[in-house]
Amino acid sequence: MSQPALLLAFDAVLLTTLLALALAAVLSPEPRRAVMLFIAFGLWLSLVWARLDAPDVALAEAAIGAGLGGALMLAAARRAARTAQRDEEESGR
Amino acid sequence: MTRTPDQMQAERAQERSRDLSLLLGVVLALLGAAVIGVYYLALQGGAEPRLAEVALARLPLSGVDNPVTAVLVNYRAYDTLMELAVLLAAVLGIWSLGPAPAGFQRSGPVLAAMVSWVVPLLIVTGGYILWVGGYAPGGAFQAGALLGAAGVIVRLAGDPSAGLPHEALQRWLLVLGVLVFTLVGLALMQFGAGFLTYPPKLAKWLILLIEFAATIAIGVSLAAAYVGGKPAVDSAAGAARGSAASS
Repeated sequence: MSQPALLLAFDAVLLTTLLALALAAVLSPEPRRAVMLFIAFGLWLSLVWARLDAPDVALAEAAIGAGLGGALMLAAARRAARTAQRDEEESGR
Repeated sequence: MTRTPDQMQAERAQERSRDLSLLLGVVLALLGAAVIGVYYLALQGGAEPRLAEVALARLPLSGVDNPVTAVLVNYRAYDTLMELAVLLAAVLGIWSLGPAPAGFQRSGPVLAAMVSWVVPLLIVTGGYILWVGGYAPGGAFQAGALLGAAGVIVRLAGDPSAGLPHEALQRWLLVLGVLVFTLVGLALMQFGAGFLTYPPKLAKWLILLIEFAATIAIGVSLAAAYVGGKPAVDSAAGAARGSAASS
């Protein structure tokens, strides 16, 4: 295959995977899994930014969007699950 | 069929959530249509002179060689100042939720050894990213994110305060970015240049000063956000504040 065709195939794979990850993250019923998919989405998105010749945005997306945002959301999901569990126990009594 | 008030309430709540999701769907569809419309208009506009050329032409006067940093800290310094204020407001919101939850259990020897290697590495890399932002991709937000990540790792390894100092110092570090940014702006105003309009000779050093303060503030904010609440008051600081309040 020639180089442009290869690049086009690469871009197609990048885009379809990005959209699939986004859909999976939005449609996932369980918060914890949604957050993990969102982290994967953020890392993939930083690849897309790098492919678009925007290394600044790629760096920021990988570090803040995927890394720290993911860590914060995981902590929030854990806390929400714990609160829900406590509420359930209280209403069960 | 008789229904208990509880059931009726649940049904009503369900109905309301259905209405809400319908409304959300309509709003999102309209938003998508607007974005596509704007994109179409932009494509129709053709190649008119855009801001990029103006920005690149003025780059030698901005004090940095990386156009992204020039836009962030020089041309659109207001935006970055407001971003720092948003981050500060977010931390204030998290602190207002109450005291931080208990940390994780202390790490085993393998993780502890890894942390003692990774955390200094993250700090050094953060410093490098900050410096390199002057002429290549990098800058305060990325460097601050690395510092914040170091704090997250320290908390995961068992330090409940994520390696942050006691509360009084932490408050100063949190506001450092906004404080230095605003003070530089006001000082420039005082010398007749206008708020955050750097004179070209000093621009590099002023930008470096602001980015340094912003990096520390961003790192501390992100780590404090991960801690997830007001830091626990240790007895010494509490006693000191008590005596200060009584005097």
